[in-house]
Amino acid sequence: MKRFLKRTALAAAVMVLAAFMLTGCGSEDENVIKIGFNIPLTGDIPKVGESSKFAAEMLLEDINSQGGVTVGGKQYKLQFLYEDNESKAESAVNVALKLIDQDGVVAIIGPNSSKQAVPAGGTANENETPMISPWSTNPDTTKDRPWVFRAAFLDPFQGPVAVNFAAKTFGAQTAAVIFDISNDYSKGLAEIFRQEWEKKMGPGSVVAFESHGTKDQDFSAQLTTIIGASPDFIFVPNNYNQVALIVKQAHDLGWQGPFMGSDAWGSAELMQLCGDDCKGQHFSTHYAAAGAKGDTKVFIERYNEKYGYTPDDVAALTWDAARLVLQAIESLDQWPSERSAQRAAIKDALGQIDEFAGVTGTMKFDDQGDPIKCAVVVRISDQGAFEFAESVCP
Amino acid sequence: MEVLIQNIINALQWGSFYALIALGYTLVYGVLLLINFAHGDIFMVGAYIAFFLVIFMLGNIGLDPGITLALAVPLTMILTSGVGVTLERIAYRPLRRKGAHRLYVVITALMCGLILENGNLALLGASRKRFPELLETTVYRFGDVSVTNLKIIVILAAILVFFFLQFVVTRTKIGMAMRGISYDKFAIPLMGIPVDTVIVFTFILGSGFAGLAGLLFAMSYPVLEPYMGALIGWKAFIAAVVGGIGDIRGAFVGGFLLGFIEIGVVAIFPSTMRDLFAFSILLLILWAKPTGLFGLARHQKI
Repeated sequence: MKRFLKRTALAAAVMVLAAFMLTGCGSEDENVIKIGFNIPLTGDIPKVGESSKFAAEMLLEDINSQGGVTVGGKQYKLQFLYEDNESKAESAVNVALKLIDQDGVVAIIGPNSSKQAVPAGGTANENETPMISPWSTNPDTTKDRPWVFRAAFLDPFQGPVAVNFAAKTFGAQTAAVIFDISNDYSKGLAEIFRQEWEKKMGPGSVVAFESHGTKDQDFSAQLTTIIGASPDFIFVPNNYNQVALIVKQAHDLGWQGPFMGSDAWGSAELMQLCGDDCKGQHFSTHYAAAGAKGDTKVFIERYNEKYGYTPDDVAALTWDAARLVLQAIESLDQWPSERSAQRAAIKDALGQIDEFAGVTGTMKFDDQGDPIKCAVVVRISDQGAFEFAESVCP
Repeated sequence: MEVLIQNIINALQWGSFYALIALGYTLVYGVLLLINFAHGDIFMVGAYIAFFLVIFMLGNIGLDPGITLALAVPLTMILTSGVGVTLERIAYRPLRRKGAHRLYVVITALMCGLILENGNLALLGASRKRFPELLETTVYRFGDVSVTNLKIIVILAAILVFFFLQFVVTRTKIGMAMRGISYDKFAIPLMGIPVDTVIVFTFILGSGFAGLAGLLFAMSYPVLEPYMGALIGWKAFIAAVVGGIGDIRGAFVGGFLLGFIEIGVVAIFPSTMRDLFAFSILLLILWAKPTGLFGLARHQKI
């Protein structure tokens, strides 16, 4: 028995080692261009990962059915690798390292949430691999990182959009904020919002500024404080899964005023989780699916037909981010043979794109690699659709 | 003043869930001296069982929400206690038969919890489930204090369960057998008491009320995910220890105490202080009274 156990253990160890070695030296095909996706397929925001993956799959089919990407007169097949970062900062760094070192991708798309994109951006920058985050709005993701780009607008732009819209539409003088303190995105946007609101309405006009943790389910104490301060509206820069709980609990505590949300509300899953409680609320986001025109409309219809639901902003931004990388690759005169040269060429080509017409609108890029583009405020209709309310351009 | 009363209601609701889960920990510990670390995940399974029952009854059969709720309560409790008994049968009893040290059983429990979590993740995927609304929410307002009908039900349920368990353990024959096993598990079988039956009964009680807690939790916080039971389960376990694990009153008081501390800290300080304060206070209590509030050094546990 003992010998049997020992042998089993030894055999298992050998197999694990062999598996490591095999993945270490996978066969390289020179005619394939590999792009990695660092996305949250499990964890707090799995729908975000799913939307990203679906949009990427659709693009991959389009490109590969036409023979692949053409660089310098030669066609290369495209390969997308999807890795799960579990919506955790540390896993996002590990995924970035795995994609860079083990899989040898030439560019990384994602992570989506700033919580993962800020640390993973550092990893990509140090390892000299171009990374483009579709959804991250925190300025730190790309700041002083020449290898890191994004497809979304920034929170210093989104904050004032929310401030101005709420002041105008709700006629509000005072505001309250509830945010996730362990999420870079939520915390950063909450602070920008407070700064902007107090600049506009005077000091002390943010009457409550309450935080919570990522895994929290009960927000009653924070909401009691907020409601006790009787603000004109509540700003909720949170992920959609928390929004569902916060809005419901606020209503249970007797709150009847409006909520203002941010782009992290805009998941296809929001209405499924939040239901009637979220109807009639507003949030700022990257695009409005209802009433879209042109390329955006085509994209929405194709996605809807393929996957059975309207693409959320993450899907549209992933589509844009991936197309940006492809455009950078196609603009090269020839495809370098060395991987480090391939990565450097993509980075330089991305830096040279001045203007890009995406499904989330036309974007121009500044010297930090950040797009300058319009934001939209949408209203959640009584049918649960995200209806266009206002567009704000820089 | 209104804010204070409102926060007391909030704390009563939140503490009710800790108390309901802590009762399950304490029951099993009282009889077997086993820390059933899978209990938080049994609570999660309870919430999912409730979810599927409710979806089935509302959607496939087309029952009225009120009738659905009335049926969902007993069915969820029965099915969840089935899960608890199954765990006991396939994981804990074989080890007990082989005379394994308690430590191994505790580790087994921990692993069972992880299996339940990740099994759920593998089976149902990572996307969250929305629990349908069974009860038309009515908000009662008293000045600036608001309370919903659901909150009242949750608090009442916790109190009723406490009195029920206290009655079962101290006033019935099977309760006497449970106390007997924890007192001397070698002598009790010699008296002709079927130990395994009593243990199964204990698991039925503990898991059944975890199922009830899962259903009520899903109604109050209607977003379900596979890891929802992990953290709340750990905290309820700590609450049970602070109350004096093995004692029904201890679990009840410990659960509410933790609820009150958590809500109270968040109401006054930033939320990052919550766990720091909560567990520092609990540590102080244990420091002054290492057996917990109701625990006696050599007390017949349960």
